[in-house]
Amino acid sequence: MRRNRRLAFSASLFLFLAACAENAPQDTLEPQGPVARQIDQLINPVFIVAGLVFVLVEGLVLVAAFKFRAKPDSPEPEQIHGNTRLEVGWTLIPALILLAVAVPTIAVIFDLAEKPENPVNVTVIGHQFWWEYRYDDLGVVTANELRMPVGRPVLLTLNSDDVIHSFWIPALAGKTDVVPGRSNTMSFSADTPGEYIGQCTEFCGDSHANMRAKAIAMTPQDFDAWVAGQRAASVKAVGGTPAEEGALAFAQKGCGTCHTVEGVSEGIIGPNLTHFATRTTFAGSIFDNNDANLRKWLRDPQGEKPGNKMIIPGAPLTPDEITKLIVYLNTLR
Amino acid sequence: MAIVTPQRPEALAPERPLNAPVRFLRRPTGYTKGVWGWMTTVDHKKIGIMYSATAFIFFLIGGLEALLLRIQLGAPDQTFLRADTYNQIFTMHGTTMIFLVIMPLSAGLANYLLPIMIGARDVAFPRINALGYWVFLAGGLFMYSSFFLGGAPNGGWFGYVPLTRNLPGHNIDYWIFGLQILGIASLSGAVNLIVTVINMRAPGMSLMRMPIFVWMSLVAQFLLLFAIPVITVALFLLSFDRLFSTNFFNVAAGSDPLLWQHLFWMFGHPEVYILILPAMGIVSEVLPVFSRKPLFGYQVMVFSGIAIGFMGWGVWAHHMFATGLGPVAVSAFSASTMFIAVPTGVKIFNWISTMWKGKLTFPTPMLFAIGFVAMFTIGGLSGVTHGVVPADTQQTDTYYIVAHFHYVLFGGSMFGLFAGAYYWYPKFAGRLLDERLGKIHFWLMFVGFNMTFGPFHILGLQGMPRRVYTYPEGRGWDVWNLVSTIGSFVIALSILTFIVNMWKCRKPQEVGDDPWDARTLEWTIPSPPPEYNFKEIPLVTSRDELWHRKYTEDEHGRSVKRAVPVGQPKMAHSEVEPSPAEPHEGSDVVGEQTGEHGEGPGEGHSEEHEEHIHMPSPSYWPLLTAVGMPILSYGMIYKTWAVAILGGVWIFGSLYAWALEPATAPEDTPVHGPDTSGEDLESVTAG
Repeated sequence: MRRNRRLAFSASLFLFLAACAENAPQDTLEPQGPVARQIDQLINPVFIVAGLVFVLVEGLVLVAAFKFRAKPDSPEPEQIHGNTRLEVGWTLIPALILLAVAVPTIAVIFDLAEKPENPVNVTVIGHQFWWEYRYDDLGVVTANELRMPVGRPVLLTLNSDDVIHSFWIPALAGKTDVVPGRSNTMSFSADTPGEYIGQCTEFCGDSHANMRAKAIAMTPQDFDAWVAGQRAASVKAVGGTPAEEGALAFAQKGCGTCHTVEGVSEGIIGPNLTHFATRTTFAGSIFDNNDANLRKWLRDPQGEKPGNKMIIPGAPLTPDEITKLIVYLNTLR
Repeated sequence: MAIVTPQRPEALAPERPLNAPVRFLRRPTGYTKGVWGWMTTVDHKKIGIMYSATAFIFFLIGGLEALLLRIQLGAPDQTFLRADTYNQIFTMHGTTMIFLVIMPLSAGLANYLLPIMIGARDVAFPRINALGYWVFLAGGLFMYSSFFLGGAPNGGWFGYVPLTRNLPGHNIDYWIFGLQILGIASLSGAVNLIVTVINMRAPGMSLMRMPIFVWMSLVAQFLLLFAIPVITVALFLLSFDRLFSTNFFNVAAGSDPLLWQHLFWMFGHPEVYILILPAMGIVSEVLPVFSRKPLFGYQVMVFSGIAIGFMGWGVWAHHMFATGLGPVAVSAFSASTMFIAVPTGVKIFNWISTMWKGKLTFPTPMLFAIGFVAMFTIGGLSGVTHGVVPADTQQTDTYYIVAHFHYVLFGGSMFGLFAGAYYWYPKFAGRLLDERLGKIHFWLMFVGFNMTFGPFHILGLQGMPRRVYTYPEGRGWDVWNLVSTIGSFVIALSILTFIVNMWKCRKPQEVGDDPWDARTLEWTIPSPPPEYNFKEIPLVTSRDELWHRKYTEDEHGRSVKRAVPVGQPKMAHSEVEPSPAEPHEGSDVVGEQTGEHGEGPGEGHSEEHEEHIHMPSPSYWPLLTAVGMPILSYGMIYKTWAVAILGGVWIFGSLYAWALEPATAPEDTPVHGPDTSGEDLESVTAG
């Protein structure tokens, strides 16, 4: 009995614990934007009703098990074959409860399907295993991090370059699948500036786990400044510096076959690196953008992220080449 | 062949006829014992045991895979498994547990029990029944051979295109052809059991007197019959894409990847009910026996099961709420998903009412049955929350979903199947399983199960996605993942207890026909039953036939033991004598039987038959036919057409020989005689 009660108790605690978990940045129950909040407000009463039904049913099971257990003097029980009134009752009452859940659910489904006014339009392209963001209206192409102004919704048009992915930033909105050949849309906004993380949630191959996502909400001024920076040409390497040697290595090692650096190369298989140094993360957001991580990555991209498409021709890079490349990448602001 | 023992112990005519033809591949007969006896058997009970034993071994394999997955996820950034290994193992864990464990365990129980519960001597098509088992085994071995031939399937049990179209290697091909082979097994089994239940019920066993397990299995078999063709089509399209570069799922050629998802889930959701309905049936048998009360609301239980079967076809798109179907379609499937909870909820309340005011005892089967009700409720409630589509877009493809379906398929189906295993073990093996070990098994499993899968609810709501081979620190997922991993080992320990228990209780003891004081026909015959099940085909006068033979009701409706049990076998051929008690529920339809039984034994009982019980003879052909299927598949996968053609010829040759083989070998002898009820199985079975 005690154990069962503890079970029921801890089961009802699940939500509470999940809601109060500290340092769970992908928590679905900590909405940070209007869309996620609308979902949260819809599901919370459903969780409560489900919790009550849970307590009722498990309580009845326990009561039945304890109250009607055979005792030495128990008579043979009455052979009850059913009770139509009761059975109609527990058909209708749950149906009515579900109706009460279904009506607001459908209202919210249609509500969320509406497209916002005056959004920031972004085309999101899923790749194995990273995200590309194209702000066609603004002339900006970037990867891994979705930059957005607070207080203004983004409208994402989701396309895939290869297989099905699913775009998800739980603090801001539910997920939407990124299906090749289809253009799904989703929109959301963030209440306050900050970083919101998520990840791909449709199994997309070996490194599905390594396809993370990040949205960075900024004040409108910061966002405009960021756009301006992305539109400007990246700083050209100055002759004779280590960065110049890095640029040479970039060309010699064939990095440009897959990566675009505006004015230098036009590869489209990997992320556009024109403003690489302005990003906080790289490689599908599995790494913070710093020299140590870059070194790790360039040394063995397949080991760090199995199955990704970064295959460096001519075996591993030498430590020297890596150093030069890092210097060069750091100049791409 | 070599191992042919000359005598079957039960035979009244023991001598093998001297003039029997001796051929190179001699037809196995009732004399054939040992390994060959098992390999050629067409006895539904032996086939049921082989199904269950094989599925249990696959259960251990699938469980080991689960442990590997849990070790990898026990802490962040683990390197125990590589990404591609992890993906193979999670794909095989899901595929194994669904296709090679729960489905065949249900099939095994149904095979063993359905004919007995309806008072028949075998299934309608005994050789097709054997074929179903051998094809299942061939499909399972074929799929697992991939581990040694370049790598196991790695596209998930749901196999979404275009990923599965693009993945290199033959991993996915093994999955496709393996599932096709298993589909043949399921389909043949479904047809067989449906025909058996519809055509071969004993006199008086009207549909509404059938034990509820028979009903739920029947509904599940109908679902299989209609669901398997859907996935067969989908798999054919995919295999053509992979083998012959067709464009069914080629996005570049204009295909829509959602076609696969619609086809897959149109199979996949009824599949869920295929997995749970038999377990619901088991629980509906066990609870009344140990509550000493009839099932509460039998009719409602039957019709809610049928309702689930129908509604199960209208909810598939709830697996696709995030795919962008549009608000109208999504709303429709949201509503249908919620309302399928209604017939399910009715069942739960009826189970509780069955226990209510009963006289409850708690041997292991009862514990598992109550555990089923308690755990399945949790899975059902989380299922309703998925119907709230906006919330589902947060939950789907997270561990919250993994929690949900493990509460349904493990807390539900597996708990139900364990209830059935403990309940019917004495019938299968001739002795009870050890109660002390059984209770240890239950409590370890109950605790381990909740430790493993309870935390998944939290992890999912905290945003941990499914199918990730690793996760970083700092997501708040570390603690619950560790708890879950520890829990998975507690489950492993509980399974170990079960194995020890079966090992300890492997030798038959005198357990009697009816150790639980049960209610249904299988407990009227010896444990383990003879090959022909019923010496005389029983005459059924009521639902819970055995109970009414043993008990009557006093004026308060309480059970009173009859001084002399009524309705013993003699009834079948003496004039029908309705029980002296007031008519019990469902006992008003005795006259119905003749119409329903085309060539059944309804008539002709009055004359004593001097004929013997003829059981169909064993056959090599089901086994040989099954062997051809992996051969054909290997040939297709590796595009080695000579091998494929060999496989095809092999299959058709075996089928041809099978078609020419009479159901009973001329040199075979009756297993028992004379059959006083006049039932001659040979005349009512074909395949």
